[in-house]
Amino acid sequence: MSNYTVESMDREKLLDLYHQMWLIRFFDEKVDEFFAKGEIHGTTHLAVGQEASAVGSCAVLEPKDKITSTHRGHGHCIAKGADVNLMMAELFGRETGYCKGKGGSMHIADLEQGNLGANGIVGGGFAIAAGAALTSSMKNEGYVVLCFFGDGASNEGSFHEALNLASIWDLPVVFICENNQYGMSGPVKEMTNIEHIAVRADSYGIPGSVADGNDVFEVMDKVDEAVRYAREGNGPSLIECKTYRWKGHSKSDAKKYRTREEEKEWRENDPIKRMREQMIQSSICTEEELKSIKERAKKAVEDSVTFSKESPEPSLSTLLEDVYAD
Amino acid sequence: MREITFVEAVREALSQEMRQNEDVFMLGEDIGVYGGAFGVSRGMIEEFGKERIRNTPISEAAISGAAVGAALTGMRPIVELQFSDFITIAMDNLVNQAAKIRYMYGGKGSVPMVLRTPAGSGTGAAAQHSQSLEAWVAHVPGLKVVQPSTASDAKGLLKAAIDDNNPVIFYEHKLLYKTSEHVPEEQYSIPLGQADVKRSGKDVSIIATGIMVHRALEAAEELEKEGVEVEVVDPRTLVPLDTETIINSVKKTGRVIIAHEAVKRGGFGGEIASTIVESEAFDFLDAPIKRFGAASVPIPYNPTLEKATVPSADDLSAAAREVVSYAKQEV
Ligand SMILES: Cc1ncc(C[n+]2csc(CCOP(=O)(O)OP(=O)(O)O)c2C)c(N)n1
Ligand SMILES: [Mg+2]
Repeated sequence: MSNYTVESMDREKLLDLYHQMWLIRFFDEKVDEFFAKGEIHGTTHLAVGQEASAVGSCAVLEPKDKITSTHRGHGHCIAKGADVNLMMAELFGRETGYCKGKGGSMHIADLEQGNLGANGIVGGGFAIAAGAALTSSMKNEGYVVLCFFGDGASNEGSFHEALNLASIWDLPVVFICENNQYGMSGPVKEMTNIEHIAVRADSYGIPGSVADGNDVFEVMDKVDEAVRYAREGNGPSLIECKTYRWKGHSKSDAKKYRTREEEKEWRENDPIKRMREQMIQSSICTEEELKSIKERAKKAVEDSVTFSKESPEPSLSTLLEDVYAD
Repeated sequence: MREITFVEAVREALSQEMRQNEDVFMLGEDIGVYGGAFGVSRGMIEEFGKERIRNTPISEAAISGAAVGAALTGMRPIVELQFSDFITIAMDNLVNQAAKIRYMYGGKGSVPMVLRTPAGSGTGAAAQHSQSLEAWVAHVPGLKVVQPSTASDAKGLLKAAIDDNNPVIFYEHKLLYKTSEHVPEEQYSIPLGQADVKRSGKDVSIIATGIMVHRALEAAEELEKEGVEVEVVDPRTLVPLDTETIINSVKKTGRVIIAHEAVKRGGFGGEIASTIVESEAFDFLDAPIKRFGAASVPIPYNPTLEKATVPSADDLSAAAREVVSYAKQEV
């Protein structure tokens, strides 16, 4: 049963999601560009090609719901409503950035929008998500937590501990595996002995399902079902979104562990193109409209660079601030 | 004379050992075709195959624990922990298992494993990928801790670490990976517990570890112009610690600066300072001991802040000027 289709969805919502997809694509392409130029330093992990799992998952949330994100977190952040100016400024290490220039790409957090943060530690988010869901249940706050993670992260012990805990306490958390086929260079086929990460749900007696992670509508359907289930007090679920990262793992990656043919195949399975085609087919909007949405996203990213470059560096006096809360 | 980089020196030590000892093997994340996050194992899977260059899932607890189990039963595993920050996840196997097994079992069994891991700041990788946590492991009886500062030391110390019958934590500073110098081609071993005087001088001793050895040498260069002779002592291994070389240097100069990149509070520098004041070198001190380490903050992302977090060569030069301003006392 599909609840989320081009035909059934609110047009404005649909166009907004389409905008988000492009915003993520352009944002990460821009980061890649500035990284190559040496204007952004450190390291960064891009979600180009994985836009639909972030956008589709967050699309079914209420504003009070929360997420935990990963090192590959720009997409989640944007989909949860972040301001790209503040994100880009963070990557430029500026005072105006989400973390005042102290966190960088792997630590962007936007607590006001319910984004509990990216994470530099693979598997760092599982138990935190369970804990945030515990607050929701103990204080009766009614929010649900989405915990994004990669295929590779599912081999950390924390995955198993957190799923078990969430399952026995019926916590309102949805674990969303973005299976992009590799954990850095480790192919999921070699690093696990199973076909689908989703089957691990069985070990904890919770629902598990597989979604085409490049189909934003299917992602919405599956995540919506799990979010409702959690909100009604039934406990956690595990959803696996099959997808692919177009770029290398991080800044320097010769991608020796995969073939160019495989990359090409997945590029043809472009989540943005697929969404666009469905919208055009059902003629809910024109090519021109979609083009202007794309342009708007592009401009927002360009503007974020200008904003960042015009922003001040943090002053040295901030170095010792914020280690402890007052 | 042949010069190779720190990365190449580490790889050479690993490869030479693996060629001659079938029991030695490596396990870690992305050490296969990827060649390791910093390129250390590049080409090794091609030479040794995937049985001995074991590319693992992202499972630091399983990797470190499997090394303990394999070591206890006759293998000599070398773990590559992708970033030393992730030692948090491997910690139980190191601290509660590897370090204690022989003692707890009344002198039975041994755990001959090495855990190599890149540490330190300076790459913009921020708070969870830039730490220097060596004091944690140095605190635990049963573990040995190595912190080489040069390519040739790395090669010889790694051989000694692999040959050692105990768990050894081997730190590699990321900013040193690309530094190069002459490194002998043949296999050689530098005993654990032997400090190296990287530069000798009579006026002030800088006892520095890891990357700070290089900052100390820079400071020494600077002070030479001012007529001050700085001695730079690199302990090279924290456990065991060569207290004799340190004490002798202090007895000669009477002035001490200690520098490490790790956070100063609770850092290993405190251990070195107290070792000095507890020894006969105490009577030779002409000035207070100056201790340098990182500010008590997580490593920030912004490059200017990041740099300001850890001691610089200028910090060490200024401290050297200060300590030499104390009058030399006759002993
Ligand atoms: C505890 C820990 N181990 C290893 C790493 C290094 N690392 C960062 S991302 C990554 C791969 C993660 O793979 P996956 O979970 O599939 O996420 P993806 O990068 O594919 O989005 C690795 C090994 C880390 N940051 N933290
Ligand atoms: Mg992955």
